[in-house]
Amino acid sequence: FQVEYAMEAVKRGSAVVGVRGADCVVLGVERKAVAQLQDARTIRKICKLDDHLTIAFAGFTADARVLIEKARIEAQSYRLTCEDAPSIDYMARHIAKTQQSYTQRGGVRPFGVSSMISGFNSDKSPQLYLTDPAGTYSAWKAHAIGGRNEKAVQEFLEKNWTATLAEDESIRLTIKALLEVVDSGSKNMEVVVSRCGEKVRNLTEEELEVIIADIEREQEEAKKSNQEATAMET
Amino acid sequence: MDSVFGLVGDGFAIIAADASAARSILVFKHDEDKIMELDSHKLLVSAGTPADCATFNEYIQRNLKLYELNNDVSLGTHGAAHFIRGELATALRKGPYQANLLLAGHDAQTGVALYQMDYMAALSKVNFGAHGYAAAFILSVFDRDWVKGMNVEQSLDVVRKCIHELKTRFLISQPVFIL
Repeated sequence: FQVEYAMEAVKRGSAVVGVRGADCVVLGVERKAVAQLQDARTIRKICKLDDHLTIAFAGFTADARVLIEKARIEAQSYRLTCEDAPSIDYMARHIAKTQQSYTQRGGVRPFGVSSMISGFNSDKSPQLYLTDPAGTYSAWKAHAIGGRNEKAVQEFLEKNWTATLAEDESIRLTIKALLEVVDSGSKNMEVVVSRCGEKVRNLTEEELEVIIADIEREQEEAKKSNQEATAMET
Repeated sequence: MDSVFGLVGDGFAIIAADASAARSILVFKHDEDKIMELDSHKLLVSAGTPADCATFNEYIQRNLKLYELNNDVSLGTHGAAHFIRGELATALRKGPYQANLLLAGHDAQTGVALYQMDYMAALSKVNFGAHGYAAAFILSVFDRDWVKGMNVEQSLDVVRKCIHELKTRFLISQPVFIL
């Protein structure tokens, strides 16, 4: 049962959406409204695992912190012994193995964390990996975890993902998916874009505002033309 | 025996290391880069047993990278120097690393700094330093010619003098230096 409880904890976490584009990976997280006196900058849901790997998580923040630290040590240890950067598959497998080992021992409880790892293969193709509290890991083209309505967001992604998304289209898709569960506004989300060989890019609030405004305008126009179409029919 | 030396100028530091990899009477290569980049603003070079130097350098590089990832900020030169010294000291009574180091770094708070450490985990912040047999020759050149606040050209002149001194007086021929 412990694993199910852990998965429940993930569902109650804030939403994370990951989209794999043709040559980039986009991770978007919901930034829950902070209390008045809290410093919003200290809440980090997207973290660097290594120079070329980024991780975003949903679920218990404390569990995630421990898991990410273990993963970082493993990444550097791999670099020390193999003189090479760890592949994203290796890191995902390591994190999943750690999560699984806590489900089969006495006296411990599973990590209440699902994580999405973005990175690139040695052949420069983008990868998005998902791990869950049970310790399974898998690669996805697009996925959503946490948030009020995980299923709805996942269905939205399934309907709209195509294999040839350019960077800006991937970003739009991520934000659209997030907007399904998040209140509109750039303050409520954080979007990070990874491209092979380049530094990971965090979208600024201004950039987010522009894209969100554009998406909402599009949705408004779509609604209006729908209304006109139904009005004409009657 | 490796020759390694460095000095501090006006807002910068220069580190030079000979580029010969040798064992007893045989020289393997003349383009061995012994200077390791710890991060964008720190350089570490070590002299001594080649295996220990390489292992220790890589170990330090990985641990400092881990610190940077975990804490979102690079450790300052002062902090890094003391961390390295701590590692040397811990290993001292188990199986000491036979590595003598020079650490040069720049950070926003204290500017440029050069630290000299030896395999016994002695640490000192210096304006110029050298390790190995070469130290006997180079330190006297530095004593005579180093002034505070030299610019790049003047510093390179002093470095050239050091290399010339080694070529003239040092028994072992080390034709190539990497800065």
